[in-house]
Amino acid sequence: MILEVKKIEKFFHDPVEFKVLNDISFGVKKGEFLTLVGKSGCGKSTLLYVLSTMDTDYKGELIIDGEHVSSYGQDKLAAIRNEKIGFIFQFHYLLADFTCLNNIMIPALKLGKLSKEEIEYKAMEKLRMLDMTDQALKPASKLSGGQQQRIAIARALINDPLIIMGDEPTGNLDSKNTQVVFEILQELAHEKGQTIIAVTHDNDFAKASDRTITMSDGRIV
Amino acid sequence: MANSINRKIATTYFISGRKMTTVAIVGVLLGISIFIFMNSLSAGFDRQSSESFFKTTAHIRIYKDDVLSAPLQPENENSVLIVNPKVVPTKNTIENPNEILDLVRQNEDVVLAFPQVNTPVFYNNGESQIAGTTIGFPPMEGNQMYKIETFMVQGSIQNLELNRSGILIGSGIAERMNLNTGDNMNITSSKGVNLNLTVVGIFQTNNSKEDKTKSYVNVAVAQQLLREGNTYITDINVNVKDPNQAPDIAADLSKLTGYKAEDWIAANASYMAASRMRKIVITFISFTLLIVSCFGIYNILNMTVSQKINDIAILKAIGFNGKDVVRIFVYQALTIGMIGVALGVGFAMILVNILSHVYIGGDIGNFPIRFEPFVFLKGISIGFVITFLAGYVPARKAAKVDPVSIFRK
Repeated sequence: MILEVKKIEKFFHDPVEFKVLNDISFGVKKGEFLTLVGKSGCGKSTLLYVLSTMDTDYKGELIIDGEHVSSYGQDKLAAIRNEKIGFIFQFHYLLADFTCLNNIMIPALKLGKLSKEEIEYKAMEKLRMLDMTDQALKPASKLSGGQQQRIAIARALINDPLIIMGDEPTGNLDSKNTQVVFEILQELAHEKGQTIIAVTHDNDFAKASDRTITMSDGRIV
Repeated sequence: MANSINRKIATTYFISGRKMTTVAIVGVLLGISIFIFMNSLSAGFDRQSSESFFKTTAHIRIYKDDVLSAPLQPENENSVLIVNPKVVPTKNTIENPNEILDLVRQNEDVVLAFPQVNTPVFYNNGESQIAGTTIGFPPMEGNQMYKIETFMVQGSIQNLELNRSGILIGSGIAERMNLNTGDNMNITSSKGVNLNLTVVGIFQTNNSKEDKTKSYVNVAVAQQLLREGNTYITDINVNVKDPNQAPDIAADLSKLTGYKAEDWIAANASYMAASRMRKIVITFISFTLLIVSCFGIYNILNMTVSQKINDIAILKAIGFNGKDVVRIFVYQALTIGMIGVALGVGFAMILVNILSHVYIGGDIGNFPIRFEPFVFLKGISIGFVITFLAGYVPARKAAKVDPVSIFRK
C-alpha cells in the first residue's frame, strides 16, 4: 500500500457544524489509477485535500509510503509534498511571472537533489513527453488553457513523485485534450508505476481508470 | 540550493513588480538620506559648538571657590541668633599649585593640565586706554588646549615661548593701536604695574569682542602684573581624553584636590540645554521620516502578498514551507532596502557635500557639516532593520496562507 487512510472524519465549523467526511477508510496500491467520483458537495475534493497533506484539520490516520503523517508538523508535511506528491489542479495554477520551464523546475530546485543543469534537462524531457518543447521559454501566462494544464502536469512529474493527485485534472479541457491528459496519466500509472488519485466529474474518465471510489454525503458507497 | 530557489522567486517578483518596488525604493532613499543628512547636521552643530567652546574654555577648570561662613550655632533653643552668612574673605589662589598639578596629572584620563592666571589690564594707547584681559599661561601647553595657532594672523605662538616679555594680542587691539609684530606696547594692571612688552603675534578669532580685548602672556608676566610671586595661580586648566566624560572626572578631581573643579558642560549649562533641545527635535523629525518610508515598504509588500496569494498557495502545495515563504518576501524587502539604502547614502553624501560648501560667515565660516562615518553607519544599520521589519510582518501573513482555502474558491 502506497497510501492508506483509516477512519477519517472531518467537520466544517462554519457557518454550522457539519460532518463533511464520515468514517473513510481505504488503501491505494502502488501503480494504481484511482478516481474519486460523486455529486457536488459529497466531500470528494475535501478528501483529496486531506490525502494531499495540505488539510490537517481532520481525525483519523493517514499513512503515506509507510509513514504515519497525521501527527507531522507543517514543515515536515511540506517536505513530503515536495518529494512524494505531485499535484494537478483544475485551473492549472502556474506561477504567471515565470517561464514554463522555470515553473516545471521549481519543485526540483526546492528539493535540491540534482544540479540545475540536470533539472533543466529533466524538465525538457518532460516537455518533450508532453509535446510542449517549443513553449519552454514562454511566460506561463501566454499559454492557452490546455497548454497550461500540460505544463502543470510536467511540473507535477518533475520530482518523479510516488503519488500524483489531480483535482478535476481535465475539468476545463476539451475532449481532445482530456484524451491526451488521460493517456498520459494512464501511461504513468501502468508503465512507470506511479500512483494516480484523481477527483473527477467525467464518467468516461472514471470508467477508464483502474478503480473508482464513489462518495455520497461524506461516506464511501 | 533550497535557499537559492527562494531568492530566485524573490528576484522574479521584484522584477515583475518593478513599478511598485521603485516607489518603495524611492521611499527608502528619501527616508535614509534625510535621516543621515539631519543627523550629520546635528553632529556638525555639536562639533562646531564644542570647538568654539574649547577655543576659550578648558574641559575642566580647577579654582578656589568662594566659601560662605558657617552660621553660628545657638547655645540653646531659647536664644535667638541672627547671622547673615558671608563670603569668607580669603585669597582666591590655589595653594601649592605645583603639587596640585602633579596630583591632577596622575589621573589617567587627564591629557593636559597647566596653570593659568587671568588679570584685567589696560592697553595704553597714548592718551587713551583700552580695557581688556590678559591671560598668563605656558604658551605651548596653552596652544595645545586652545589651538591658538589656528587663528594666528601674524607671528606665532612659539615666539611667546622664546620671548618671555612677549605678548599676543587680538586683531582688534592691534588695529586700534596700529601695532605689528615686533612693536613694543605698554600695559597697566589693576595693581598699577606698568610693563613694556613686545608684540610677538596677532590673532583673530572672528569674535570681535575677544579680538578687541584679549591678550596672552607668559605666566610670570601675569604674576608680575599682579605683584605676586611665582606660586600665585588662580586656575588650573585640565583637558581630558573624552570631553563628554568631563563631569565625572571633574567630580573626582574636586575630591582629590579639595578645590572646585568645574566641567565645561556645567559652565555652559544653558547653551548645552539648547543644544539638547535641538538634538531632540532633529532626532524626532528624522525618525518620523524613517518610519514613513518604512510604511511605504510595508504597504507595497502587503500589496504584493495579496496579489501573489495564489502563487503562495501553489508554492505551499508543491512543497515550500512557511519559512520559505517568509524568506521569499523578506528577500524582496531586503533587496528594496539594500538598493534604497545605497542610493540614500549616495544622496546624503551629495547633500552634505553641497551644504558643506555653503558659506555662512562670522567665526563659523562654511556650514558646519561634514561626512560623519558614524552617522552614516547608524543610518545604514537602522535602514536595514526597518526594511527587515517592514518586510517581515507581511511575510508572516503570507506564511500563514492556507492553500486549501485558496484552491477551493
